[in-house]
Amino acid sequence: MSAPALIVQELDVRHGAVQAVRGLSLEVDRGEIVGLIGPNGAGKSSTLHAIMGLVRPAGGDVWLDGESVVGRKPEDVARRGIALVPEGRRILAELTVEENLRLGLAARRRRQDLDADLERVSELFPIIRESRKRPAGALSGGQQQQLAIGRALVSDPDVLLLDEPSLGLAPQMVDLVFEALQEIAVRGIAVLLVEQRAQRTVALAARSYVLSNGRLRLTLGPEAADDTETLVNAYFA
Amino acid sequence: MSSATLATVLGADWQTLADAFGLGGIYALMAVGIGLVFGVLRLVNFAYGQLIMAGGYALAFAYERGWPVWTGILLCFAVVLLLTLAMDRVVFRPLREQSPAVMLVATFAVAFLLQSIAQLWFSSQGKIAASLSSLNQPWTISGVDIRKISIVATAVAIGCLLVLVTVLGRTSIGLHMRAAALDFQTARLLGVRANRVIGSAVLISGLLAATVAVIMTVQTPLVTPDFALRDTILVLAGVVLGGMNRLVPATLGGFAIGFASGFLGGALPTDKSQYLPSFLFAAVIVVLLIRPGGLFTRSGQRAVERV
Repeated sequence: MSAPALIVQELDVRHGAVQAVRGLSLEVDRGEIVGLIGPNGAGKSSTLHAIMGLVRPAGGDVWLDGESVVGRKPEDVARRGIALVPEGRRILAELTVEENLRLGLAARRRRQDLDADLERVSELFPIIRESRKRPAGALSGGQQQQLAIGRALVSDPDVLLLDEPSLGLAPQMVDLVFEALQEIAVRGIAVLLVEQRAQRTVALAARSYVLSNGRLRLTLGPEAADDTETLVNAYFA
Repeated sequence: MSSATLATVLGADWQTLADAFGLGGIYALMAVGIGLVFGVLRLVNFAYGQLIMAGGYALAFAYERGWPVWTGILLCFAVVLLLTLAMDRVVFRPLREQSPAVMLVATFAVAFLLQSIAQLWFSSQGKIAASLSSLNQPWTISGVDIRKISIVATAVAIGCLLVLVTVLGRTSIGLHMRAAALDFQTARLLGVRANRVIGSAVLISGLLAATVAVIMTVQTPLVTPDFALRDTILVLAGVVLGGMNRLVPATLGGFAIGFASGFLGGALPTDKSQYLPSFLFAAVIVVLLIRPGGLFTRSGQRAVERV
């Protein structure tokens, strides 16, 4: 059996005097959705930023397919196969939908199967094909989120990180995004999902790590989704 | 409308209009050179004019030795590109993480340093670069005399802009540059290589500076240490006027101020034209009071933080 695609080991992240993440370890296997939940300021986004190389961890290690990526620049981490769907989507509003999608190719390692991959993204999110030539800023929030995920997928990543993809979306769009994540995992991509919607995340993920004050408090399986008491206690532990 | 009446309505002859287009084109190229680097680095390169000056001295050097025209132009491109890359390596790159204000002041320092070096090496007397002076001869087009350089400058500017639009719009490095100019961090997260994008922008701005140097020495063959300095200040005003943080508005702003400068310079009587820059800058101030985001930006786009 091969090692998990993504391993985070004893990660410490500091922002000046504030320690955002303390000794966090987690792993995500291929084809698996893993949740990372917890209250605001728990260190969820800091964890993702440290994995991507946006902030240099104060300690610990991040392994992608058995290779450490700590200390690499964000563009190099992306080019090695970790794609981030950032908080707030960060769609380039003035570029067209197609140009946003093509930007995702910057990190792509394989030149072959490009058309097939673009086709699969269009199947997953038909809105991308339907509005190719429109400025991305003209899309609704939910459509932009689909574009942000599509953009990450065309880079053909091994690991997909998502930072609160459901934030500010209408309920049916949230359903669409969560369903899409399942299909993405089925393709063999390791998915690490940072979310505020704790219950839905726990129900979807193979396991969910509960973070508070930068520390791992608890690991929950999908069966805990209906156990409100455990969830609430985990948040306020 | 016949050609004669259009010229009469505008109160200028065709030569003045052609000059204005030529100067507008040159300023547009300078605006692109400054705007591209600003887009990816948030750096206002005040030393841009000194790159053009260096190119002018290279052309003068070749002319003094009687070298063929093409050798002079090649030397000009080589010198300007080397200086551009050196500037990026020695000054911009170490300061990349600093605030825009620090970088602006650094480019001021570079500008005055290069100017002083030129003064020490070549004296403030100036050198002549006249190998292309035959372009100052007129072409007669349907009875109207127009100097060749006005047409060449306009054509070169249009050509360069078309190439740039194609590179930025149709190639992946162009897409990466546009993305980096809009949101550098997101572009990097998507795998866009920061150094490659910045390097390309700096390189293109250097190519444009060399091109401008060649055209400018035709019109002003006397190369002095403050060569292109006044033009750079006008172009910077034009770039701010158009809208600093967008390439197309910045280019239009550069063209507008070049056109206005050339047109008024030709139309005004000689004893009034010394006040021309004052008029232009007064107009820039008025425009910015009315449209702080720039003349050619859509409303709702926010102006960049000014330094």
